[in-house]
Amino acid sequence: MPQLLLEFFSEEIPARMQKRAEEDLARALGEKLKAAGFDAKAIKTFSTPRRIGAMIEDLPAKAADVNEEKKGPRVGALDTALQGFLKSAGLTSIEQAQIVEDKKGAFYVARIERAGRETSDILQDIVPEIVRAFPWPKSMRSGASDLQWVRPLQNILCLFAGAPVKISVDGVASEAKTWGHRFHAPDAIRPKDFADYAARLRAAKVLIDREERKAIILKEAQAACAKRGLELVPDPGLLEEVAGLVEWPVVLLGDMDAGFLDLPGEVIRLSMRTHQKYFAVRDPKTQKLAPHFVVVANVEAKDGGKAIAAGNARVLSARLNDARFFWDSDRKTPLYTEERRAKLEKIVFHQKLGSVWDKVERVKALAVELCAVTGADRALVERAALLCKMDLVTESVGEFPELQGQVGRQLYLSELSGPLLPRGEGAGDEGRSNKQASDRRLAPHPPTPSPQGRGGGESIAAAIEDHYRPLGPGDRVPSDPVAITLALADKLDTLVGFWAIDEKPTGSSDPYALRRAALGLVRIVLENGIRLSLVAQIATSYRATADHYFRSGNLFVAQRDEEEDGRRFVRVIEVGQDWPRDLAKPFDSILVLRVKDPKTFAIERRFEAKDKEFVGVVWALWQVSHGVRHFLADRLKVQLREQGKRHDLVDAVFALGDDDLVRIVARVEALDAFLKTEAGANLLAGYKRAANILSAEEKKGKWSADEAQGAVDAAKLAEPAEKALHAALEAALPAARANVEKEDFAAAMKALASLRAPVDAFFESVLVNAEDAALRRNRLLLLARFREALSAVADFSKVEG
Amino acid sequence: MAALKSPRCFQDVILTLQSYWAGQGCAILQPYDEQVGAGTLHPATTLRALGPKPWRAAYVQPSRRPKDGRYGDNPNRLQHYYQFQVILKPNPPDLQQLYLNSLAAIGIDPLLHDIRFVEDDWENPTVGAWGLGWEVWCDGMEVSQYTYFQQVGGLDVRPVSGELTYGLERLAMYVFGVDRVYDLPFNDPESAAPLSYGDVFLENERQQSRFNFELSDPEMNLRWFNDAEATATRLLKEGNVLPAFDYTLKASHLFNLLDARGVVSPTERQSFIARVRELAKGCASAWERMETRA
Repeated sequence: MPQLLLEFFSEEIPARMQKRAEEDLARALGEKLKAAGFDAKAIKTFSTPRRIGAMIEDLPAKAADVNEEKKGPRVGALDTALQGFLKSAGLTSIEQAQIVEDKKGAFYVARIERAGRETSDILQDIVPEIVRAFPWPKSMRSGASDLQWVRPLQNILCLFAGAPVKISVDGVASEAKTWGHRFHAPDAIRPKDFADYAARLRAAKVLIDREERKAIILKEAQAACAKRGLELVPDPGLLEEVAGLVEWPVVLLGDMDAGFLDLPGEVIRLSMRTHQKYFAVRDPKTQKLAPHFVVVANVEAKDGGKAIAAGNARVLSARLNDARFFWDSDRKTPLYTEERRAKLEKIVFHQKLGSVWDKVERVKALAVELCAVTGADRALVERAALLCKMDLVTESVGEFPELQGQVGRQLYLSELSGPLLPRGEGAGDEGRSNKQASDRRLAPHPPTPSPQGRGGGESIAAAIEDHYRPLGPGDRVPSDPVAITLALADKLDTLVGFWAIDEKPTGSSDPYALRRAALGLVRIVLENGIRLSLVAQIATSYRATADHYFRSGNLFVAQRDEEEDGRRFVRVIEVGQDWPRDLAKPFDSILVLRVKDPKTFAIERRFEAKDKEFVGVVWALWQVSHGVRHFLADRLKVQLREQGKRHDLVDAVFALGDDDLVRIVARVEALDAFLKTEAGANLLAGYKRAANILSAEEKKGKWSADEAQGAVDAAKLAEPAEKALHAALEAALPAARANVEKEDFAAAMKALASLRAPVDAFFESVLVNAEDAALRRNRLLLLARFREALSAVADFSKVEG
Repeated sequence: MAALKSPRCFQDVILTLQSYWAGQGCAILQPYDEQVGAGTLHPATTLRALGPKPWRAAYVQPSRRPKDGRYGDNPNRLQHYYQFQVILKPNPPDLQQLYLNSLAAIGIDPLLHDIRFVEDDWENPTVGAWGLGWEVWCDGMEVSQYTYFQQVGGLDVRPVSGELTYGLERLAMYVFGVDRVYDLPFNDPESAAPLSYGDVFLENERQQSRFNFELSDPEMNLRWFNDAEATATRLLKEGNVLPAFDYTLKASHLFNLLDARGVVSPTERQSFIARVRELAKGCASAWERMETRA
C-alpha cells in the first residue's frame, strides 16, 4: 500500500520540545486519520532541530466507501420533517428515498452510498488542521502571518505514494523538497520516498533519527574519553538535550584549566551543563572530575575541530572564573549572617504566607515540637532550622538554583573545618565594592561553631542539604534524625500553609509541588518508621501559620455565626496581638481571618465569610486538617498500590480513620497476608454473608443500628452452633482488641481466624430468621457482634471478593 | 555590498556590520542620545516595532548597566558597552540566512566554527515586551540574541519584527582571540596612533563604577525619578509621545542607578519596574494609535 511522508521544516526548534512534538504529531495524525476512516497503523516519527516529521508505511489510496441507511420520517409526515430529512441525507427529492414497512408503519429510508475520498484530498484537509492546533508549549507568529508555530515554519513536505500533495495553510510553502545541513549541504533535496529522504539527508549530513544521534554521541564521547584513560560522567538528560541541538553530531574533547578543580565538583559540572551543555569527564580510578570536557558540535570543521575545542575551552574558563568568584565570596562569611537573614526576610515565599524567613521561623517551631516523635536533639534541630535556607541568598545558588541545600551544606562544612577565607583572597575577586564589607561582619547569633562539636555539625550539615529531600520518587530519603525532623517540618509547613490559604493543587495544576511534598513526607515517615499523629502535628503547624497572621496585625479570631438567608457569617470573638493558647479544643469553630481594613471590620464585627475581597484567610483548622490528611492518605494509597497492595485493602484500613501512617501500613500488610490464607478468605465470605443479612433486615425496617447495640441473651441461645459462635466471639473479640492495642495486627487477625469454623457451622445449621422473635433477635445480634469483631482490624465492607 | 577585508579591530566590526545591514536596506541610525540599558530601548526599536508600517534600521547603541560596573578590574564585565542592533519589520523569511551572512562578513566561517541557535525566550519586563528566538552560539559563546517580537508595551505586534542584538565587545573578543576586553584593538593596530579598548574606556569604567556604587546621590535620583515619571505622564496626556518616551528612558536609567546603590528592596524593585512599565505601555499604545491612524 502507499506510503505517507510528512515533514515540517522550520527554524531551530528548542531541543527540549522536540521529543514531545514527535509524540504530539503521531497522536494528532493518528486521530485525524482515524476520524477520516483509516486504521492508521504504526506511525514513525522523527525530529532534528530544524524539522519534525512522520511516516506511515501502509495508508490506503482512498478511504473506504460509505454505505449506510438513514431512517427518515413516516410516510405522510409533515413537509418540514421531509425537508429536514432530505437535507440531512443529502437527497434532492423524496423519490430518491425508499419506503420500508415495519411493525409501526411505513417509513422513508435513504440509502447513502458515498465513494471514499482520495487520501491525498483528505491529507489536504487534515494537515492544515494539525498545523493550526499543534500543542507547542510556546508558539509565535512571524512576519505578517497569523500562523502560530514554535519558530517560523518554512515548508511543509507531504509526499503520498511518491506524489507531492500540496498543503495550503496561511501561505506557508509546500514543496516536495527538504534541505540538508545548514552549512555542509544547504541545497534543496527532492526525495522520492521515505527511504530516499532518509538516505539523501544522511548524505547531506543530517541524521533524522534522534536515537541514532544519541547513540553516536554516547559512543564517540566514551571513545574520546577512553583514549585519554578517562571516563564520561553519564548524563542522560543532557544527552537528550544535546541530541536535539545538532543534526550531525561531532564529538570533541576539550581541555579545562586544572586550576579550577578545587571548586566543588557540582559547581563545575553545573557550569558545564547548564550554561554550555558540556559533559563532564572523570578519572575512572578516583572518580574525581578530570580537567576536560566533552562538547558536541554540529559541524565537521575544516581544521578537525581545533578552533571549536579551543573556543569552547575559553568560554568555559570565563564561566568557571565567575563560579569561583561566587564561591569564594560566599565563603568569606559564616553561613548565618544577619545580612543574609535580612535578605531572606525580603524574599516572598508566598504573598499570603510571608517571607522565606517567616517560613524558617515556622519550620523551626514545628521542628522543635517534632523532636518528641523523631528523637532528634532539640538544639541541633533549632540550629539546622535557622541555617537551612541561608544558602538561598548566596551568590552560588543565585547562579545555580539547583544547588540549593548542597551549597549550604558545603559552606557550613567549610566553616566548621577551617578559618573563613580572609578578605580579598581568591582568584576572580573583584574587591572594592563597599557593599560586601558588611557581609563579612560575623553574626553574634547563632553561635559558631556548633557546641555539639563535629558530630553534631555533620548532622546539621546533612539537614541543610537533605531537608529538601526526597526531591522525587527516585531520590533518597533523609536518614539522620536532625535531617528527618527538618525535612518533615519543612514539608508539613508547606502543606498546611497552602491548605490554610486555600491554594490546593487541582487535577492538572500543582504549581507549588504539593504532591511532591506530600509524597516526600509519607516516604520519610514510613522509611524511617516515625510514629506520629498527623492530626496533632497538623494542628501544631497550623498554629504557627496562624501566628504569622496574628503578627501581621490584621488578624481576628472569629467564630462561625448563624446563617441568614443561606449566607454564612462569622462573628469576631477576639481582636489583638495575642494568640489564644487554649485554641487546642474548639478547632471546628475557630476561623483565622485577615481583612483588608481592620478598622472597619472591627466595628462591623460580623461579616460574610465567602466574601473573598475582604478575606485573606478563612479556613478553619478542621478543614485544613481534613484536607491535608486526605491528601497525604491519597499519596499513601498511590504508593501502596504501586507496591502491589490491593486498593480495596488500603480503603478498608483508611475507613477506620487512623492517622498514624506507620500503623496504617502495618494494618494493610497484615490484612493482605491474612486474606491470602484460606481462613482469611473464608472469614471474609462469612463476613459478607453476615453483613448482607443484617443490611437486608435493616432495609426491610426489621432491624436497626440501635438494636444492633443490644446484648446477646445467652439464656436464649438454642442451637449448639450458635452457642459455639457466641463462646468463640466472647473469646476472640477481646483478644483481637488487645492485639490491636499492642499493634500486633497479625495476632489480631489470628484471633479472628478462630471464628472461621464456628461461623461456618452457624451458617450451616442455624436459621437466622427464626419464627421466635427472641431467637431471631439473638441470632442477628450474634451476626452484628461478628461484624463488629472484624471491624477492629479493618472495614471489611470495603474489601472486595 | 562592497567587498570588505576581514575586520582587524573593534571599529572594523562595527563598520562591517553597518555596511552589511545598509546593504540589506536598513537605515543606519546613530546612537540614541538618552542613557539606556539596552539597544532595544532606542525608539527605533521599541516604538517602531509597533504599528503596521514597514521599518528597517541598524545602529550602534551604547548601553549602561550601572550594576555591572567592576571598576575596570573584571576582564569581561562593563557598566558601559556597545550593542549593535538590527530591526527588520516585518521580518523577512530569510532573516536567519541574512544574519549568518553578517557573521561571515566579520570573519566567522561556519565551516570552521560551531554556530548554533539555542532556545532563548526574550523578555524585557520594564517595557512589557517579549519574543521568541535564540541565543546564537559560536563555539559555545553567546554572540547575539535573535528575537521575533511578539509583544511590545503589552501590545501584540503585527506584523512581527525580527530583532538582532550583537554584543560587540564579546563578539570582537572572540573574533580577535582576546581574553581581556581592555586589550581589544580599538582602531587599526598598524595606524599611527593605535588605541586599545582600554585606552578609550578603562578610565571611564573606573570613574563610572565609583560613581554608580559610591558617589551617586540616591535622594536626588529618587526625586528625579519621580519628576521624570510625572513629566512622562503629563506629556502622554498631551499626546506628546516621543518626549514622553525620553522621560520614560530617563526614569528607567534613574531606577538602575538607585538599584546599583543597593537602596531598592526586592518589593520596591517590583514596584519601580511596574511604574516604568506603565509609562512604557502608555508610550507604546499612544504610538501605536498614531501609527495605525496615519
